[in-house]
Amino acid sequence: MTLLATLRIALIALRVNKLRSTLTMLGIIIGVGAVITMIAVGGGAQARVEDQIKSLGSNLMIVIPGSTLSSGVRMGTSSAQSLTEDDAWAIMRDVPEVAVAAPSLRGTAQAIYGNTNWSTTVQGVTMDYFEARDWKMIAGRGFEPGEISGAGKVAIIGQSAAKSLFGDEDPIDKTIRVRKTPVTIIGVLDKKGQSMMGQDQDDVLFVPLATHRNRIFGTQQGKLRRVSVITVKVQDGVNMKLGEENVRELLRQRHKLQQGQDDDFTIRNLTEILQAQEASSKILTYLLAAVASVSLLVGGIGIMNIMLVSVTERTREIGLRMAVGARGRDILTQFLVEAVTLSLIGGVLGIALGALGSYALGNFAGWRTELSTAAIVLAVGFAASIGIFFGFYPAKKASQLLPIEALRYE
Amino acid sequence: MGSNIVAALRGVSIGIAEGEFVAVMGPSGSGKSTFMNMVGCLDKPTTGSYALAGEEVSTMSNDALAAIRNKRIGFVFQQFNLLPRTAALENVELPLLYTTVPAKERQARAAKRLQQVGLGERMDHHPSQLSGGQQQRVAIARALVNDPKLILADEPTGALDSRTSIEVMALLQGLNREGMTVVVVTHEHDVAAFASRVITFRDGVVKEDRANAATDARTLL
Repeated sequence: MTLLATLRIALIALRVNKLRSTLTMLGIIIGVGAVITMIAVGGGAQARVEDQIKSLGSNLMIVIPGSTLSSGVRMGTSSAQSLTEDDAWAIMRDVPEVAVAAPSLRGTAQAIYGNTNWSTTVQGVTMDYFEARDWKMIAGRGFEPGEISGAGKVAIIGQSAAKSLFGDEDPIDKTIRVRKTPVTIIGVLDKKGQSMMGQDQDDVLFVPLATHRNRIFGTQQGKLRRVSVITVKVQDGVNMKLGEENVRELLRQRHKLQQGQDDDFTIRNLTEILQAQEASSKILTYLLAAVASVSLLVGGIGIMNIMLVSVTERTREIGLRMAVGARGRDILTQFLVEAVTLSLIGGVLGIALGALGSYALGNFAGWRTELSTAAIVLAVGFAASIGIFFGFYPAKKASQLLPIEALRYE
Repeated sequence: MGSNIVAALRGVSIGIAEGEFVAVMGPSGSGKSTFMNMVGCLDKPTTGSYALAGEEVSTMSNDALAAIRNKRIGFVFQQFNLLPRTAALENVELPLLYTTVPAKERQARAAKRLQQVGLGERMDHHPSQLSGGQQQRVAIARALVNDPKLILADEPTGALDSRTSIEVMALLQGLNREGMTVVVVTHEHDVAAFASRVITFRDGVVKEDRANAATDARTLL
């Protein structure tokens, strides 16, 4: 008997008991749908973390000033002004694991262009900063060395800030005022999206470090070289822990800290934090998929149950088929194909349900979902194997019936 | 039950020639069903031998038996045993599904056989839309579809009224006249009267094996 003919018989048999077939399929539909939706939810969470890693730049850590003790009162992080530009240069020069150490200053200021004004983050940086963050320019140019050293009145703008200030206008070569200093936009940065904390990283204006310090914000006497953050990029393929230790050691020496004295700075290994998040979102995905596959398994047992009922009900039919020339393996194939058809149709409908489910979660619940082909292939493959696995026993049972007994079965 | 071995047939030696119309009779428990199952290759004798068209069947594998049932024997059952909710044409096609005959030819052959039994107009009717006599004729068409040498009918009129019984027997007689070997198992003398040879079983042995002046069923219609 050809497979096509077998398939036709299976479809006819399933059509005869429409309601029963549908209900049996429902187990598989829900199972496959749940697996796909859950993997999509987990995949969405994972993709979000991956995006953050990408936007952060790889192998990144930041050094920020620590807390101070003022009359016995401990102030918060960054209250000390312990980090200097020279710390950054020293890290870059003396720690072999470090690729780039970029000092930066942060501040918030009002930027004014024509009749628009916008409060944005103003960061004083060197070109190293963009290298550390893997941040590309989409228009214009970077800072020239002369502009860095000479506190040039130039700025590079992020996408969100550019949109707020200029709308659809091209920002290049436009002059804006930041506080009281006029600066000319020379470059526009690529989009970075949200940071780990959910801040818009594109709402930003970069100026040379010296411009930030000397022209826009000014600074306290005696703290001329202080910076608010040093962004450190460790070289590829180097153990980040080791880099972190060496940076710590160097800074302790430079800040003349005694043994046992607390660090006056904090090192945050951002990449590590994100990797931990990524790992946990991966585990979440597996967990969700595992829970969902339980329903797929239950669906499979439903198929087995119905196939057993069907074999018993159709014992006479089996006897007749054997009497007119069906071999045991023809009967086996027939029932196996029936079970697999049931689970495959369920699987296909399950894909639709899963796609719908992840679309609904994405749209109405606002969760980020990522529908993956791999998950679909996996779920349907799983459904088909469930059909074979749970269909085999009833089919085997049917194929081993004796024709005379099957024919006389009441 | 258990260790008691029941010999359903003992020392039975019967030869049926090609082209015969044989009625097998006997009360229940007489062994006629066992005889029928063996003739139909549905069951193998524990001891002894059975040769069909010169071929020893008792030592064949189950798959080989299935092939013999498919090609050499056509079955007609008391309860018709048609597939429910399946058109007459597809019911007749059933034995051909287990051969390599292509779909087009299957349909053509099934249609031809349905016409032969006078149901050319009802090919797409389901069994539930047919009368008992019509259902049995579909079953006979199914038995004929793979051009067997032997038609084996187990109480073919058991579920039919007397008039349709005669119709069915007329059909079988017609097939016999064309050269088909027909074996009918029955407990009704009226039915046996249409056969040219009557074998009667009792307690597992042949009680009587006689020639019979067959009534022509056509004269009763």
